[in-house]
Amino acid sequence: MIKKGEWVRIHNIVLEPSERSPKIPDDTSKVPLEMWTKGFLQEDAEIGDQVSVKTAVGRIATGKLIEVNPYYTHSYGKFVPELIHIDKQLREIMFGGEE
Amino acid sequence: MALAKDYASVMGRSNEIMKTALGLDYQDFESGSVKFDYEGLMKSTGYTLDEVNRIQSLTGVGNTPLLELRNLSALSRKYAKPGFGARIFAKDEAANPSGSFKARRAACAVAHAKKLGYKGVIAATSGNYGAAVASQAAMQGLRCIIVQECYDSRGVGQPEIVEKARRCEAYGAEVVQLTVGPELFYSFLSLLEDSGYFNASLYSPFGIAGVETLGYEIAMQCREKLGKDPEVVVCTNAGGGMITGTARGLLKAGATNTQFVGASIDLTGLHMASDKQFNRKSCTTGHTGFGVPYATDPDHSDVPRSAARPLRYMDRYVYVTQGEVFYITEALANLEGIERGPAGNTALAAAFALAQELPEDAVIVISETEYTGAGKHIQPQLDFARDNGIEILFGDPSQDRPGENIVLPKDPSLIRCKDADLDRMRASLIRKAAATRNANPTPEDIAFLAEETKTDEVFVRSVLEQ
Repeated sequence: MIKKGEWVRIHNIVLEPSERSPKIPDDTSKVPLEMWTKGFLQEDAEIGDQVSVKTAVGRIATGKLIEVNPYYTHSYGKFVPELIHIDKQLREIMFGGEE
Repeated sequence: MALAKDYASVMGRSNEIMKTALGLDYQDFESGSVKFDYEGLMKSTGYTLDEVNRIQSLTGVGNTPLLELRNLSALSRKYAKPGFGARIFAKDEAANPSGSFKARRAACAVAHAKKLGYKGVIAATSGNYGAAVASQAAMQGLRCIIVQECYDSRGVGQPEIVEKARRCEAYGAEVVQLTVGPELFYSFLSLLEDSGYFNASLYSPFGIAGVETLGYEIAMQCREKLGKDPEVVVCTNAGGGMITGTARGLLKAGATNTQFVGASIDLTGLHMASDKQFNRKSCTTGHTGFGVPYATDPDHSDVPRSAARPLRYMDRYVYVTQGEVFYITEALANLEGIERGPAGNTALAAAFALAQELPEDAVIVISETEYTGAGKHIQPQLDFARDNGIEILFGDPSQDRPGENIVLPKDPSLIRCKDADLDRMRASLIRKAAATRNANPTPEDIAFLAEETKTDEVFVRSVLEQ
């Protein structure tokens, strides 16, 4: 049970594939247009329920409850060895490897 | 009675919604034919350069440092013939409150919204502009919704865009995220209609007036530091607002001999509305996917007439590759000690090559830097590319295939920019404008199209006769 007042993320299908603009590429026309937003849950609910939330600007939005206390996981990425190679090369060109 | 909110109904009310959300009737500037009163539209903001500067200063926007990139200039000179290799300078726009030059556009748009009595602002943007509007809304006490195209149908988000969402939320905005597709415009219109907020479009005259101070500052700083105007200003080009505003500002300062160069990352071959190709690009802005369509058809934006009209100002348009931009971004950090970009460094990659065409005492200015953060940095962007099956290798950037590989230059001598066919783009704009508005352009239309493309009436007529 997720309590009213929790900060949650909701999901919506805005347009089904059949409703999409005719002017888009084939691969895009085969999938729905989806939407996500976040807000304070307006009633006790379970993940997967249709709910309403009050967003950061105070508007009421509805959608399927998919996440509680949503957080970001983007990062500085895994090591990319090429970058170290660039650093080394630039120092050699600019400073000739001298001490 | 509640309004119907289905796709066709909302799109059908587009003009009405826009008029209410901009407090501006674009019909006032139309001639009924191809021509419209561009300068009239720009003047309609009622903001002089001084007034814009005053508005921006209130929130610490603008007056950013002009940094000489001495080591990068010296590196570039190693690949130039004797006596050549211009001095490269960067306008450090990352120093703005929201971390990019977009703060200039947002400061004016939000101030204007506030003056007109709107309670909030909405912007459709996946880029730095979202953070800029959110930051300004926080400072000026308005509510803010940012609408982003962020995910593919697997729910995988571009790391750069995810970071921008985080930043908008940090400033208190609501971020509405969507999957790939131009129907984002429908959701955007629907939100504008329901909220009654101001459309803080990137392409409004208020937004573009905000960029003019950037060009003006470049002229003044160059005169103060170097005693002359820059020979060349290079602007990263996507929607066209940067080069339009910067060039207008330089021209207002009287810098009539400066050459304006647009630079975009070449993503030819990738379709911007393709779900599968969305995450096969490794830069989400500053690329030809925005640069070319917005140059040749500026009015397909989120306002009836865009104030960003790059072909009016561009003397030259060059393409660089993703690999070149990533390499120069690493070089900027390593040789100059400033971590910026990457997308904003598109102009820097181009300037590195262009400097070699100019004598040593010439000055080339890149008009911006932008903040770096988690997700929005070459390492996560290259890592993301690799995870999405993009091959990353060292080699000759001419072997670059957008969506398939990223070729990092084997050494800096291989950083070369490629000239785009500007006359072809100019012809394309002329044909599109004539086809959309009127089959038989009037003499006024011909003169207008010559201004639109920085050409002359002979050129316009020759295109129309073809």
